[in-house]
Amino acid sequence: MDTSLLVIQTLNGLQLGLLLFLVASGLTLVFGILDFVNLAHASLYMLGAFICASLTYAVGNFFLAVLIALPVTALLGWGVERFIARPLYSRDHLDHVLATFGLILVFDTAAHLIWGPEGIAVPLPQAFRGQLELSETLVIPTYRLVIIAAGLAAAGGLYWMVTHTRLGMLIRAGASNRRMVAALGINIELLFGLVFALGAALAGLAGMLIAPITEASIGMGNQVIITAFVVIIVGGIGSMKGAFIAALLIGLIDTLGRSFLDDIFKLFMSPDAAENSAPALSAMLIYIIMACVLALKPQGLFPPKVR
Amino acid sequence: MSPRTLATLVAMALLAVLPPVFYYTGNAFWLDLATRLTILAIAATSLNLILGYGGLVSFGHAAYVGLGAYAVGIPAYHWLYGGLEHLGLATTSGLVQIPLAMATCALFALVTGAICLRTRGVYFIMITMAFAQMVYYAIVSIEEYGGDDGLVIDTRSELPGLNLDDPIQLFGLAYVSLVAAMLIVRMITRSRFGMVLRGAKGNAERVQMMGLNTYAYRLTAYVISGAMAGYAGALLGNFTTFISPEMMDWTRSGELMFMVILGGGGTTGGPMLGAAAFIILEELLSHFTIYWHLPFGLLLIAVVLFTRGGLMGFFRGRK
Amino acid sequence: MKKLFTAAAIAGLTATGASAESVKIGFVTTLTTPAAVIGKDMENAVNLAVEHLGGKAGPLDIEVIFGDDQFGPEAGKQATDKLVKQDDVDFVAGYIWSHVLLASRKSVLDAGKILISANAGPSQMAGKLCDPNFFSTSWQNDQTPMAMGEVLNKQGVKSLYLMAPNYAAGKDMTAGVERTFTGEIVGKDLTKWGADAQLDFSAELAKAKASGADGLFVFYPGAAAGAFVKQYQQAGLKDELPLYSVFTIDGISLPKLQQAGFSDVLGSKVTQEWDPSLDNAANQKFVSDFKEKFGTYPSFYAAQSYDAIMLIASAVEAVDGNLEDKDALRAAVKAADFESVRGSFKFGTNNMPVQNFYLREVVEDADGNWTTQVAETVYTDHVDSFAAECSME
Repeated sequence: MDTSLLVIQTLNGLQLGLLLFLVASGLTLVFGILDFVNLAHASLYMLGAFICASLTYAVGNFFLAVLIALPVTALLGWGVERFIARPLYSRDHLDHVLATFGLILVFDTAAHLIWGPEGIAVPLPQAFRGQLELSETLVIPTYRLVIIAAGLAAAGGLYWMVTHTRLGMLIRAGASNRRMVAALGINIELLFGLVFALGAALAGLAGMLIAPITEASIGMGNQVIITAFVVIIVGGIGSMKGAFIAALLIGLIDTLGRSFLDDIFKLFMSPDAAENSAPALSAMLIYIIMACVLALKPQGLFPPKVR
Repeated sequence: MSPRTLATLVAMALLAVLPPVFYYTGNAFWLDLATRLTILAIAATSLNLILGYGGLVSFGHAAYVGLGAYAVGIPAYHWLYGGLEHLGLATTSGLVQIPLAMATCALFALVTGAICLRTRGVYFIMITMAFAQMVYYAIVSIEEYGGDDGLVIDTRSELPGLNLDDPIQLFGLAYVSLVAAMLIVRMITRSRFGMVLRGAKGNAERVQMMGLNTYAYRLTAYVISGAMAGYAGALLGNFTTFISPEMMDWTRSGELMFMVILGGGGTTGGPMLGAAAFIILEELLSHFTIYWHLPFGLLLIAVVLFTRGGLMGFFRGRK
Repeated sequence: MKKLFTAAAIAGLTATGASAESVKIGFVTTLTTPAAVIGKDMENAVNLAVEHLGGKAGPLDIEVIFGDDQFGPEAGKQATDKLVKQDDVDFVAGYIWSHVLLASRKSVLDAGKILISANAGPSQMAGKLCDPNFFSTSWQNDQTPMAMGEVLNKQGVKSLYLMAPNYAAGKDMTAGVERTFTGEIVGKDLTKWGADAQLDFSAELAKAKASGADGLFVFYPGAAAGAFVKQYQQAGLKDELPLYSVFTIDGISLPKLQQAGFSDVLGSKVTQEWDPSLDNAANQKFVSDFKEKFGTYPSFYAAQSYDAIMLIASAVEAVDGNLEDKDALRAAVKAADFESVRGSFKFGTNNMPVQNFYLREVVEDADGNWTTQVAETVYTDHVDSFAAECSME
């Protein structure tokens, strides 16, 4: 097998995995601490992308736009918590799924009304449009490396926050025992709002990072939400570590599957059949993994210790 | 008669009378709408058995509808273009297609249910969805049956004494099937079996302490529900004469769940009312604007936030 | 619930009883999802055509009812059913997507209505499934990539990597280029399509590059085009792996690419049966009025939709508004006696257009807007490859 292609595809897989982690980390936080199933989480991924795209044209610089768009997305997340999620905490998961399913429809249509159907292309600063030549055969778009760096930085920041700050301590405590945190006399409403806003900002960041590659478009969240759910289920709900490992695992499997599965299939079937069945199997692969994990460990790979 | 029973009977009577009236007054489209509504009501009724009564939130029920539809489409495809004759599966006979649809779905429910039912809560929601996605991608990968594009079949199932190409007869079959499905679910849930199923929803430990194996009860209900949804899928395939992997999309599973909740889970007439409200709303709203998803979504949120027990909640009698 | 049902009943009953003074055209396209960007362009062109006709086709008023396929065959079929059964239209036109057209075909033809594709051209409908009541103002899917294959041969491209979405037209497009391209196909990727289409092509582009092919052939219509071209530029493949595309770089993707400054697309070559620079009176009027009214160049989708309405209007005028005589109406459509924006226009035996295909190049116009212009004519009066399979004469 071609080594440099393998390296490039691994980097591509890493990039996808890190973006997935940004979406999944917020989801697993909200899920683990608030016990709230938020299907509309990825709508914030879409809204982040759109807001950032508009701002890029307004302020003239993509990175500046990201800095402004992050708090805006966080604010939107806080709004969702305050008006939709909070009244539903006492209900069962079914109600959460349905209400946030409705919210997806609302956000998608609102985006269509505000920004039109065509989506927005996001221009990058000149320096990030080119490629980085790691060796003669190893050339990778600079911006993909930016995504990897930003994803790792966000993951590192999140790790630091969870392990070293008071908010992080509460989050850890909340993930393993909600009642205990409430009993400590913490302003639980404030904590929940903060967690939701943080999750929204992380999902928004993922959307902003991907926008210069694809573009901000309606329904882009629906592509990612199901995969993000698979990630947190495989990782174990509420577990940051689990989400991180599962996201990278699934990002790599998906990318490597798309890259090499057809070649592998060609070894034992006709090229045409291989071209057709490989994409489907690589799409199916992540669900097969999830089913296998749940069949063996019904709580996921890294279930939080106490519940 | 309780207000709920009365509401159900009135709605069923309207559903029996209005569509043929539309048809014979030159509004064939509204009969189509009623047929689709009735078929989806059967699927929703089957979901209600496990979701409404059993508390098992399946987020992959659309897969059974899709599998049922393909069980009609694939034999019809081979009947048109050859292949599979030796298995007797190149046929347009409904007496082969429909049992095939139900058997396939029952088997799929048995295998996946055995795994899914080991999990609880959100894990259950997500693993049922995962299996549905697997079927979705499996079908997409089969080039011969149209892959992503779906399967266009120009023939409907042949049943003795019935001509399903006649829209009125097709509607009649769907309607009778819906009545049967509702009665079956009512019968099951009022039997001893149903008592255990419902009991397990409230408190699985207590039922288990009574020495009953809740797992086996749940799996049985899961299989019955899957087979019934497969039957609905077979009807849907006959109705559209076009079968697409889209039928199994996770959003379709979400819609089925919404129908059950909108109408009122755990009631005989709820899923039917929910399906009717869903389809009619969708039609009316999309008539006015292409942005109909916005009011529709808001309504969905409002239903969840402000109503308890769905539409059936309005007909709550004093007990 | 009861009230709802009665309301629906009244709505249904009052919708019938159309006036005989108008010709009703159902137009199915994508109005929601990101692909609505194409639908919008087609809708604009249809409205412009009606405006140019003064709202009249012969003695009849033109009434256009739009249907939304939501980028999928199931919803597309439902929208078609409603147009045929509820609105009782005389013509059903539109259809961007091959799979939507295939799914909707039976509903229209069974009802004895005339079906006109303004874009989709699946091979089946040009061949085995051809029908006297089905016409196209576009092309058969294979033709445009076949023209591209000829161009590649002429330019000395020896090996090619193919990328397309995994649906009916995507497969037809790759089959088309393989039909005429004489070099070697070194690899092919079919990517996920539909409402949750794959838009990050990093893995595929890396594979294409590693394959060492001389050129990259792609088909990514609508919103996916912008995403693809951007990633192609970000990967810096312009010199190493030149891009040859069909239905990807067009009046819809160019303004967006220009706005975001993706200049690698300038000079890129595409094949097509129409171009805004085609020199005929009908086209000049169409292009300049479209630009004035909507601010951008029309896309080929728009041109084909404009032609579809003009074709219908010419037929209605020819039969003097008598829509009851289906045979005469069908013959009038087949005569295609109208001013097409692509110059002369005629139907082949299978009711697909017999037409020229051009190689066009992306350039900057006098006002600094990016557009295409004709570089050369690849095919003259080209007949699609499936006409022979059609049993009509």
